[in-house]
Amino acid sequence: MIYFDNSATTRPYPEVLEAMDRAATQFFANPSSLHSQGEKARKLLEQSRQVAARIFSCKPGEIVFTSGATESNNLAIKGVALQYQNRGKHVITTSVEHASVYESCRQLEQLGFEVTYLPADREGRVSVEDVKKAIRNDTILVSVMYVNNELGTIQPIEEIGRLLAGHRKILFHVDAVQGFGKLPLEVKKWNIDLFSLSGHKFHGPRGSGLLYVRAGISLFPMLVGGGQENGFRSGTENLPAIVGFVKALKMNHEMQTQQYERLKKLHNSFIRRLSSMKDVQINSPVAEGSAPHIINFSVTGLKAEVIIHSLEEKDIYVSTRSACSSRADRPSRALLACGLDEMTAKSALRVSFHPDQDEWEIEQFFDVFPQVIQHLKQVMRV
Amino acid sequence: MEFDHIIVRYGELALKKKNRSFFENQLVRNIRDSLRTFPGIEVKKIYGRLFISLNGAPYPEVADRLQLIFGIMSFSPVKKVPLDIEAIKETALSMVQQADPFPLTFKVETNRAHKPFPHRSMEMNQLIGAHILRNTNDLKVDVHHPQMRLKVDIRSEGVFLSNEDRPGIGGLPVGVSGKAMLMLSGGIDSPVAGWLTMKRGVTIEGVHFHSYPYTSEQAKQKVIDLARILSRYAGKIKLHIVPLTEIQTLIRQHCPESYTITIMRRMMMRITEQLARKNGALAIATGESLAQVASQTMESMNTINSVVQLPVIRPVVAMDKVEIMDLARKIGTYETSIQPYEDCCTIFVPRSPVTRPTPEKAAHYEKALQVEELVQDAVNRTEIIWVEPDQQDDEFDFFN
Repeated sequence: MIYFDNSATTRPYPEVLEAMDRAATQFFANPSSLHSQGEKARKLLEQSRQVAARIFSCKPGEIVFTSGATESNNLAIKGVALQYQNRGKHVITTSVEHASVYESCRQLEQLGFEVTYLPADREGRVSVEDVKKAIRNDTILVSVMYVNNELGTIQPIEEIGRLLAGHRKILFHVDAVQGFGKLPLEVKKWNIDLFSLSGHKFHGPRGSGLLYVRAGISLFPMLVGGGQENGFRSGTENLPAIVGFVKALKMNHEMQTQQYERLKKLHNSFIRRLSSMKDVQINSPVAEGSAPHIINFSVTGLKAEVIIHSLEEKDIYVSTRSACSSRADRPSRALLACGLDEMTAKSALRVSFHPDQDEWEIEQFFDVFPQVIQHLKQVMRV
Repeated sequence: MEFDHIIVRYGELALKKKNRSFFENQLVRNIRDSLRTFPGIEVKKIYGRLFISLNGAPYPEVADRLQLIFGIMSFSPVKKVPLDIEAIKETALSMVQQADPFPLTFKVETNRAHKPFPHRSMEMNQLIGAHILRNTNDLKVDVHHPQMRLKVDIRSEGVFLSNEDRPGIGGLPVGVSGKAMLMLSGGIDSPVAGWLTMKRGVTIEGVHFHSYPYTSEQAKQKVIDLARILSRYAGKIKLHIVPLTEIQTLIRQHCPESYTITIMRRMMMRITEQLARKNGALAIATGESLAQVASQTMESMNTINSVVQLPVIRPVVAMDKVEIMDLARKIGTYETSIQPYEDCCTIFVPRSPVTRPTPEKAAHYEKALQVEELVQDAVNRTEIIWVEPDQQDDEFDFFN
């Protein structure tokens, strides 16, 4: 099997599964229970929080464990907007965000907020200048993703953070799902107020995630009840998932530099081979400003879905776009926003690597891929 | 700006005549201790101040640590350049350009300790000032109230430039004023009292009374957490956890209800004094604030105090609750203190505690107890925990 869909979900590390198994069997008590079994679970929960806090050089109280990035993004965006709506009702985001950010903003519009969706250039990048122009007196939140999930484009987070440092009233949220483990994330230096992570994007468990909430920021909670996670997110803590998540967090953090190097090699090799094929258009940034694990490209005239299924027969797995929206038969909103024409967007394929993959997998892919394309072209007469 | 050195100033220390080097040495030790996680850092004494060479360590993180060390009046990040007028001018300019927030007014202050340097200090001020003005917009010189003071210190080993003075927390270096036992309950007041005691250079050891099962493991953990916060200011803290359950039970059984708190406090004092003698401490520090609760009336203090010989330091005795809370927030203990776990003082509260107890009556009721044996037994069974700021409470091996 050649699995090139790591931006959708990664395979959990064995160490992660082992930690989860142990947490689930030996620490099954409710961390809120007063007895010693509950206390034991609470200690493990707090230790997990401390380990996570150390990774981002922040305070344990700034870490909120969630069920994943969709929840983190919903909580960050709607939580900030509802909490601080008396300061203003304007939110800035981009037209290339993940659906969980985009749809949260759409909901805010229904609630009477105004949202500015910043345009992106052909490579999917927003400009700091546009952020600057969009800022108004009543702006309370700017939400920009770190790495685009479809194109791999790195957004100018540091520059936007620097710009927003001059606007104390505006909070800065970063959806860092595709960036963590591959690229550095400098929370303090980049003036980030909130960021979202998802465990299953870096070999952690599904149903696990994190929202960093800088100390001093309050959020209108989406889930209320027993007041867990500092009141930001009620519900009995999913301790095994949290432990697995933090385990994966730590492993990725420690290996980030090596992972970058390895991914970059795979990336370069793939791009080199891809560039030599005719009728292939690379949609991701090729030279600079791209994350090392995502490549998006279109094969002129062929619908992506057809290619995916054809490759599948050879035990090769790639995807169209964001897995969360790929079942809808519409071209990607984000790709259209980058100025791709409808046909190119409909034929866009995404491959995404993980660091333990080998060069031979890419070789094997390119043994098969040109044949598949040629065959499909003959059949479909393009 | 990549700073390479830090100048540390200490106020009060410089005034102490013969003890000065003792004070300075303690401060140097405390700084080295606090920065030991950064390899390569050097701390040197130069006349009247300290000089830290970062050797690659990140200034912001080092600064965060320095801001917790008692005895530091202020400090400034410094950039070292060679004895060359062009290098000085360029560095001065980039320091101004990179200042955040960008100042509206500035002033250059040159100190030429190294006399062979060809330009005199007034001339240096003009040369540097002119260079900065030529290369920036919207910036003026104000010699009286400048927003930025750019200090240029010319010495034989090089020229040191700084443009920021950060205040330290003052006080005296912990370790120069002896040792005290701090009675640490887990409330808001006692950590503040401990902090204020340390501020005057006192080493503290914490004493906590634990009444399992009447108080929970969480209450004990809370006190460890509080000691950990205090240890940021002290390097590390020794914490004594004293089992009090038996004593409390016996008091409930044998003494009148209205006196239970008074007698319990007297027992705590006796135990703490024993621990002090055992550990070489010469005082007991408490978070008592006058008239805050029944056991803190003047009469209560007298009755409770009368069982010990050692001086009892009460740094917050005259402070209002609001003032204490403000200070607790400032030093970082407030959030932990307000966690809702009962401590040994809040359980077994009598319906009507005596507010005007007398030492005579208390002594009379205590005859029902074997005071000395109970004190000795509690001291013997005391658990000792060393608490450090960066100590990782990694009880479980999941993340190794």
